[in-house]
Amino acid sequence: MKKKRSVSRHAVNWFVHIFLALLAIIWVFPIFWVILTSFRAEKGSYISTFFPKSYTTANYVKLFTDTQVLNFPRMFMNTLIVAIFTCIISTFFILSIAYCMSRLRFRLRKPFMNVAMVLTMFPGFMSMIAVYFILKAVGLSEGSMILVALVLVYSGGSGLTFYIAKGFFDTIPTSLDEAGYLDGCTRWNVFTKITIPLSKPIIVYTILQSFLAPWLDFIFAKVICRANADYYTVSIGLWKMLEKENIDNWYTCFAAGAVCVSIPIAILFIVIQRYYADGMAGAVKG
Amino acid sequence: MEQVSAPALHSRKKKAGKINHFATPWTLKNAAAKGDWKTRLSFLIMGFGNFAHKQIVKGAVFLAGEAAFIGFMLASGGHAMSMLLSLGGKAQQKVWNEAKGIYEYAAGDNSLLILLYGIASIAIVVLFALLWLASVKSCYKAQYQQEHGKHVNSFADDVKDLFDTNLQGLLMPLPLIGIFAFTLLPLIFMISMAFTNYSREGDHLILFNWVGLQNFGRVLSFGGNIGKTFWSVLGWTLIWAVLATFLNYILGMILALIINRKDTKIKGFWRFCFVLSVAVPQFVSLLIMRTMLQPNGAVNVLLQEAGLISSPLPFFTDATWARATVIIINLWVGIPFTMLQVTGILQNIPKELYEAAKVDGANSVVIFFKITLPYMLFVTTPYLITTFTGNINNFNVIYLLSGGDPVPVGMTAGKTDLLVTWLYKLTVDQQFYDLASVIGILTFVIMMVVALVTYHRSGSYNNEEAFR
Repeated sequence: MKKKRSVSRHAVNWFVHIFLALLAIIWVFPIFWVILTSFRAEKGSYISTFFPKSYTTANYVKLFTDTQVLNFPRMFMNTLIVAIFTCIISTFFILSIAYCMSRLRFRLRKPFMNVAMVLTMFPGFMSMIAVYFILKAVGLSEGSMILVALVLVYSGGSGLTFYIAKGFFDTIPTSLDEAGYLDGCTRWNVFTKITIPLSKPIIVYTILQSFLAPWLDFIFAKVICRANADYYTVSIGLWKMLEKENIDNWYTCFAAGAVCVSIPIAILFIVIQRYYADGMAGAVKG
Repeated sequence: MEQVSAPALHSRKKKAGKINHFATPWTLKNAAAKGDWKTRLSFLIMGFGNFAHKQIVKGAVFLAGEAAFIGFMLASGGHAMSMLLSLGGKAQQKVWNEAKGIYEYAAGDNSLLILLYGIASIAIVVLFALLWLASVKSCYKAQYQQEHGKHVNSFADDVKDLFDTNLQGLLMPLPLIGIFAFTLLPLIFMISMAFTNYSREGDHLILFNWVGLQNFGRVLSFGGNIGKTFWSVLGWTLIWAVLATFLNYILGMILALIINRKDTKIKGFWRFCFVLSVAVPQFVSLLIMRTMLQPNGAVNVLLQEAGLISSPLPFFTDATWARATVIIINLWVGIPFTMLQVTGILQNIPKELYEAAKVDGANSVVIFFKITLPYMLFVTTPYLITTFTGNINNFNVIYLLSGGDPVPVGMTAGKTDLLVTWLYKLTVDQQFYDLASVIGILTFVIMMVVALVTYHRSGSYNNEEAFR
């Protein structure tokens, strides 16, 4: 009896592992495919074999040197600049609001939290066109001002996404704050000397999350840049490579670009996950 | 939502004794009833009371605010607001210039700018009203403090307060300005477009008028072309949101359970395989999928080479195929994400529940549906609601994958278009801004209804202690 059961358990185990392996192949396949394509020597998107006939690194070289039609290095720099500024402003906004909502008590706190909840429910795309008109009216829609406009668009409304950081601040025991007040700290001292040092996971999470936004966004960048190719971010660039007039020349470069962009983002994402998990576990572990 | 509001509730209970802390004697009513002549004069000349009580800097700020506001209203604000009623009607005109012998263009009105400046002016008026209120209160506060023999705050004291008891006054303004300028103002601007005829239709791109609720009638009617499109797009949006949310949720949970089984080997490796696909930026993986599934893309070519099919599979050209394709690819995108989210919660399910079920002879399917799923639904309802509303607004998957295709001839929306992608097409491609804005408002209403109804009916709202 016991032996029979262990045999069937063995069979189930085998089945489970084969099943998982199949799923893993399905999930990894497109990623594997793109890496293969980025080293493919044949041009164009039409292929007849799974594995490339010959391999080359020319796609990567072309991506970073051929700046005539699509200036990828420039797009990369644009995105990096926008990301750095977005990240500084957003982090400041999010942490400020989260701290006020979590620790300070004032009359408009509750109404603000409710309004924030409602505002986040509107589709972001709805206001997109309006944002463009507003930026145009204040003269931020032409020339290098486009980069400023992108920073403002990504960071401007970020104060609304304070919920995760607020949840974290809520887990820091108030007794620590009270100890601080007894020692003569002002609220500002408590915020900068007690709360912030204890909140490393959630600060790193917020920083990385807002740093990633400009790399991942496609729609706002497209609406705001319109035809100003000098200020494209990488996501528009990659999209352009797949358009009908470019795809024959740029398909393999698209794959190379996708790999170049994905590797740093993937690393950051995995780091974020760790800090997110730490953040969810609370601030001061008992 | 539950996790978020719980600490807030907790702290409210704790602070219940102090809640009156916010009520101060320096209110508008008291200022009007009990204020002396200095305070009353500050109703007209902002900051006067502050000057009288030697709060020079504060008084100067209020006075400067008033001066700037009056200047603004005289220079442009008043005009902008008066134009808001008509939205302008003067078209651009050709004027014959005798001296040069050419036609010159005389600038006409631009209704869009009139609308934008009008709304911005109203916003400034509202902000000024708040400033006025603050100034009156502050004057009365100074008077009150002097009458009761308390210390009247100097400017240095106020600055010190900003870092201590009034820290919110230091930290909140900048983020609030950001939210106001980049979320609230555009939203009001866009909502107001729903009540105009700002559209390519009838050549109303430069000059347009208020039309009341007419656009809502057109979108919601069952008759016209737009109405029919709306109801069919709405139907597909809801089907999509339900399928995308619950299939992802249940399959992702099953995957997490399988990986978490005691007997599964190399758990970290399996997790890594799935997390990898989440880590790749979504627009990259979706664009890759799209090129792979084109009629002459990798999948079709390889299947044809292998002799399995004779003609390309219509992934994005047949309505049913396209809908199935976007849902399946969304599974590819969403399952690992759910897996990441639920793994931690799954490990927290009380072991006793499982042991009791095993003693009663339940098999794993029964355990899943009677224990795991109800527990998870209970804990993750807020997460599910956010995913559901997120899916209603899932622009990326549809736009980057199918682009809404296939589009029937003569329609503005394709068979896989969601309300948001339709909204995008109506604004960016078709320039039917009025209809797009109505659709945005309706999308919001649907999301609110879904969120409120499900949240109020869910276990985590009605029965907070079910699993304690």
